[in-house]
Formats: sequence, structure tokens, C-alpha cells
Amino acid sequence: HSQQESLKLQFLYFIVFYSTNLSIINMTVQPWIAEYVWVSGKNTFSDLRSKYKTVTNICISKVTVEDMPVWNFDGSSTGQHRGDNTEIVIHPVAMYTHPFLENAKVVLCECFYPDGTPEKNNTRKVAKEIFDSHAEDEPMFGLEQEYFIFKNGKPFMWPENGFPAPQADYYCGNGSQVCGRELVLEHYQSCLKMGLKISGVNAEVAPSQWEYQVGPCIGIENGDHMIMSRWVYAKIAEKYGLEINFEPKPIKGDWNGSGCHMNFSTKAMRAEGGLKAIEQACENLKHTFLDDIKFYGGDNNERMTGAHETSKLSEFTHGIGTRHTSVRIGNDIAKAGKGYFEDRRPASNIDPYLATARFFTSSMGYDGPSVDLLEPQQWWAAVEAEAKESK
Amino acid sequence: MQPESWIAEYVWLSGKNTYNDVRSKYKTITNISIEQATVDKLPEWNFDGSSTGQHRGDNTEIVIRPAAMYNHPFLQSAKVVLCECFYPDGTPEKNNTRIVAKKIFDAHTADEPMFGLEQEYFIYKGGAPFMWPENGFPAPQADYYCGNGSQVTGREIALEHYQACLRMELKISGMNAEVAPSQWEFQVGPCVGIEEGDHLVMARWCYQKIAEKYGLEINYEPKPIKGDWNGSGCHMNFSTKAMREKGGIKAINDAVKNLEKTFLDDVKFYGGDNNQRMTGAHETSKLSEFTSGIGTRHTSVRIGNDIAAAGQGYFEDRRPASNIDPYLATARLYSSSMGYPGPAVDCLEPQAWWAELEAEAKKNGQ
Repeated sequence: HSQQESLKLQFLYFIVFYSTNLSIINMTVQPWIAEYVWVSGKNTFSDLRSKYKTVTNICISKVTVEDMPVWNFDGSSTGQHRGDNTEIVIHPVAMYTHPFLENAKVVLCECFYPDGTPEKNNTRKVAKEIFDSHAEDEPMFGLEQEYFIFKNGKPFMWPENGFPAPQADYYCGNGSQVCGRELVLEHYQSCLKMGLKISGVNAEVAPSQWEYQVGPCIGIENGDHMIMSRWVYAKIAEKYGLEINFEPKPIKGDWNGSGCHMNFSTKAMRAEGGLKAIEQACENLKHTFLDDIKFYGGDNNERMTGAHETSKLSEFTHGIGTRHTSVRIGNDIAKAGKGYFEDRRPASNIDPYLATARFFTSSMGYDGPSVDLLEPQQWWAAVEAEAKESK
Repeated sequence: MQPESWIAEYVWLSGKNTYNDVRSKYKTITNISIEQATVDKLPEWNFDGSSTGQHRGDNTEIVIRPAAMYNHPFLQSAKVVLCECFYPDGTPEKNNTRIVAKKIFDAHTADEPMFGLEQEYFIYKGGAPFMWPENGFPAPQADYYCGNGSQVTGREIALEHYQACLRMELKISGMNAEVAPSQWEFQVGPCVGIEEGDHLVMARWCYQKIAEKYGLEINYEPKPIKGDWNGSGCHMNFSTKAMREKGGIKAINDAVKNLEKTFLDDVKFYGGDNNQRMTGAHETSKLSEFTSGIGTRHTSVRIGNDIAAAGQGYFEDRRPASNIDPYLATARLYSSSMGYPGPAVDCLEPQAWWAELEAEAKKNGQ
């Protein structure tokens, strides 16, 4: 009798266990949407392209980026193809919650030619190799992305004819002199929904100019989060018929340009007595500054005038609490004797992969990304000449 | 106990074309519950063929026979029922191309012919491309394809369609912004045999509903805007069981060899006015010659790099236009690839450009 009971019990357990797992085994995956995103070569702020794929073989709750298949797109439609074999292959490298679609993910990809070699503008791979070869430094970044909101080629809500009141009350302002806040907040909150490390937001010095900060991220993550936050902004701009302007000096005259100051530290700089490592980095940066600035944005010469809280590109300077130098060490950092420091030279339109990798390697005296990766700019020669003259 | 009533929307192709002449009417079902309903339990019905131009003579009924059933994407407690049209005497209605295709697919089920179709189209409003400037043209093509930013127009509509189709459980495998502004694409597949035609027709029906809601039109013309603006295609990706297996590249190459033999008749199934689209520019090839290549976009057929590397998979016929009859086009690609008897050219409405094409091909020595 007890054997019967025991068997009955076993049978019941079996049914419960089996039926629970049966629902897992038999569960058909509810299709969900993956939006594959890639940097399409022209720049890293407005040439971010994407397409959608329905995923039917893994549950959205279980999926990781390694599960996502390699895909491809028509490179002849983006100007990225080489010859007749026009496919560009996209490799998933990171995945995020979709900020706008239910039951969807965003998949950041790297581009490759059909023969497996990296596409010409696949700067992520270049940066990742650098970061991977010095992982023990734990290079940490915080980037301050400035930009203007534009509409139909002009700054958003600036008067039809003429100019707004001069810069004075816009920076972190509250009041009707400030324009674009709803858009900015929508961007901020969408990025947070995505799980991007946006550490803050503020209204900037010029009207319709804003800033958000990405970080603290280690290594390649800063570039990834910067790119994804710019993709989010492209979507929002599309929705409202606006443009996000990442030009370093969009409006000539007594109006601020847009930068992307880079805050940076290594494990050593963050440790007790790290100020020594910071000072060593500043010393290193003095040696390579003429090539470093080439990574800091095309047209940056128009922004770096020495006015509007900028320094001159043709010299390398640093100071404590100073805003007119190439590099600034915060008062709090100097006092604590450890922390991070800020390179104020980079412009808003930098390739964050190349800029962070270069800043890292130049600070540490490592081999960095080569200047050949960049599209040569006319003003480089002028800056080099000016630097020679100043010496 | 009487089951709870629900709504069946019967859908049929009404003869003029397979993309916007997709008609439907609603029936309240009271004798089966919606959970128990299957397509074979649903009754035959009929409609007034004299109101759609499909009738023959005085006996104007067209009989509609349920062929497939789907979740209704827009109505609660409802289903969509795709039907085939027949004359009162039981013979297939003149434009019932589904039955023609199904016969071909049913004759060779062991091949497991699998398709993925890339439906391109423009969103139009008031007879002009959606959100193009009143006078003049948008910026030239460069930044629209898969773009993100204010240069892209119509995304909310395309996404609404995508998600409605997924609710219907149609096999929509993906979606992207296309090369021209307000041009989009969705992909239907992978489907075996007749399912591809069914899912593409139902996806088009779904778009008609959305267009109706917003007062827009979905434009399936192969070359709606002349000049340096892309036309719309419906590239067909295709494979048989043999092609998908190890060493299947041989079967793919055989298919490509077969297609070279029948191309002058095949292209007739690939859309009226397709001659306006297939110029040799804008990633198209010339209809008057048959070409193929690996990773190439200017050839009739393209074998992907990944497929060539794997030695198995599928291939892409890039010739079909956006306005194809998916039943005829898939059945024709299949039968021509395999060297089987396919749908007859008589099924099609003759086009003026066929003769020119044949002349051009002859000149080139094809």
C-alpha cells in the first residue's frame, strides 16, 4: 500500500515537473524585433544606419549578443562597397533594450568586407585592439557631448531675422530664454531606458546648445555608449523633423562652439597618490600633441580660437581649475592627490573610438591609432607651422 | 451553449492586381468558438462579381473558398480568412493564380521550395511621394537607405505595418528604409511553397488597411518617379531542400544554368512596367540578358558571399518588380530553376515591351 502511495507520489511529482518543463519545451518563441545599427562611414554622429530583423529562434528574455547572427547590407547604397561585391557584413558587438519599441532590442555592429577584413571606417576594431592590449590600466572615460539643436538648417527657435540676446543667461538657465529642453529630456530618458551610461545633462552657453555626458565607462564602452546615444538622438530628430548639429563651430561670431571634453583616468590615477600618474600623462601629452589634435575633430580649428573657454591648438598647456588650457586638472583632484583629468581640446564631432583610444595611448606613451586612419585636413599644416613658430 | 460570436473577415484578390485590389467583407460566426475555428471549418461564401468586374454573364456570383486563416491584426475577437475565387460552375476564376501555383507546388513537395521575398514600395499621399517637398525634390539619394534622422520619412507607418503583420503571425522577417526617400521594404519569409504568396498577399492587405486609416497610398509601381530615383523591386530569395544541404551550391549552380534557358519568358512573370525599372542603373540589371555573380548587385541573380563560402544555401533573383503576383512569380522561379513545366505565359496580360525585349536579346545573340 505504501509502495502504491509512494509510486503515486512519484507519478504526481513527474506530472508536475514534466508539465512545467513541457511548457518550456513546447513554448513557441514569441517573435521579437532586433534593430541592427552600424556606423556607415561618413561620420560617427549622423551616418548611423539600421535595419530590423524579426527573431524567432530565441526568447527575448534569454538572448545575449553572442546569440545574434552576423548579417549584411547593401554597401553600394551607403558608399561603403568595394567593387562589384557590394555586401558589407555586420557583426553584432553589443546589445541594448530598445528605447522606442516594445519587445525589441538594439544591436550595435561592426562592419567588415566580404573577405573578412574590417571595413575602412571600422574604427571600433582599431580602438578595441588597443584597449584589449592594456586592459590592466582600466582606462575610464567620461565624455561631455555638446551640440546644437537645429531646424531646417538653422538653430532651433532662433529668431527668423537677427540673433537672440547675447550669451549670458542660457548656461544651465531656467526661463523662456532657454529652448529645446523637452527634446533634450526625451533624449536623456530614452538613453536611460536603453541602459546607456548617461551621467548628466545641462543647458549650454549658447541658446539651443546643450550637453550630455557619457560615462564613466571603461575602454571601448565609452565609444559604444556615445555612438548609441547619438543614434537615439537621430531617431528623436527624425520624429520631430529636427537636426542635431555636431559641428565644432556652427555659428560664427560671439557664439560658443561645441566640444566633447574628455575626462580620463587609469587605475593608477584613481589610486592613492595617483596625481603623480596624472602629471606624468600631462608630460607625455606634451610630446605628441601635434598629432593628437588630429584625432580631435575635423574643423576643430574653427572652434579652438583661444576664446570661448578654448585653448590654442598649436600649443599644449595644462593647469589646475583652468578652462583656457588644453588640459585641466580639477581643484578637487589636485586636493585629493588622485582622480582624473580633462582634455578640453576635442570637438563635438569626434569619432569617440579613435579619440578615446588616442588619448589613452598618448597619455600612457603607448602605440596609438595611426594618423593614416584620419581624413587629412587643410588646417593641420597651418597649426604645425604656428607651433614651430611659437617654439 | 451557444459559443461567443466572433467576426471573420473574408479576403480575396479581386482581379485587377495582387496589391491594392484586395477586397473583403465581414461575417459573424456563431456556430463555432473562435478558439475551435480552423480554416476547413469555415463556410464557403460568395460576393457580387458584377461590382468588381469579375463576373461572367448574368450569373454574377463569385464563390469564395477559405484557403488560410490568420489572427485579425486590428479587431478583437476576429480572424482574417484568405479565399480563392471560383465561378458558380466551380471552375477557378480567371485571376485565381493561387490555384495555379498551388498545383505546381503540390506536384513537387519533396523539393521543399523555400522563399523569402523583399517587398519594396513607396508611401504616397495625394498621388505624390509622402512628405516630398511641394515644389522640387528632396536631397539626392545617399542618406536614406537604413538611415536615421529627419531625412527619413514614414517610419511610424512602416513600423505600424511591421507590428500589425507580426500580430497576424505573418512571417515578416525584417524591414528597412530604402534608397529613395519615403521608400521602404519589408521581407516575407522564409515560407515553403504557397505560404509565401499567402503571406505576401496578406501583408499587402494589412497595408491597405493602414493606408486607409491615414489617408495614404502604398505605391507598388516599379518606377514611380523618373530620373535619379530608385524603382521598387521584389527580389526573390529561393532554395530547395537540396540547395540547403551540404554541397547544395551544385544545385544552386544548376538552377542558375536553367534560368539562363528560360529567361525571356521568366521576366514576363516579374511585373508589368518592369522595363522602366530594369535599366542597368540603380542596382538593377538589364532584362534582355541573364547574368549571375557572387555578391554582385548589378546581375539578374546574386549568390551571397556567405552562401558561396558555406557551399550551400539559397540564391537571389533580383529581377522581379514590386508589383508581381507572388503566386505566379514564386511558382515560375521555382519551375524554371528546376526545369519543370511552369505557369503558362497565357496567364499574364501581354505587355508592349515584351516584343522590344525579345528583339534586344536577339541582337545581343541570346
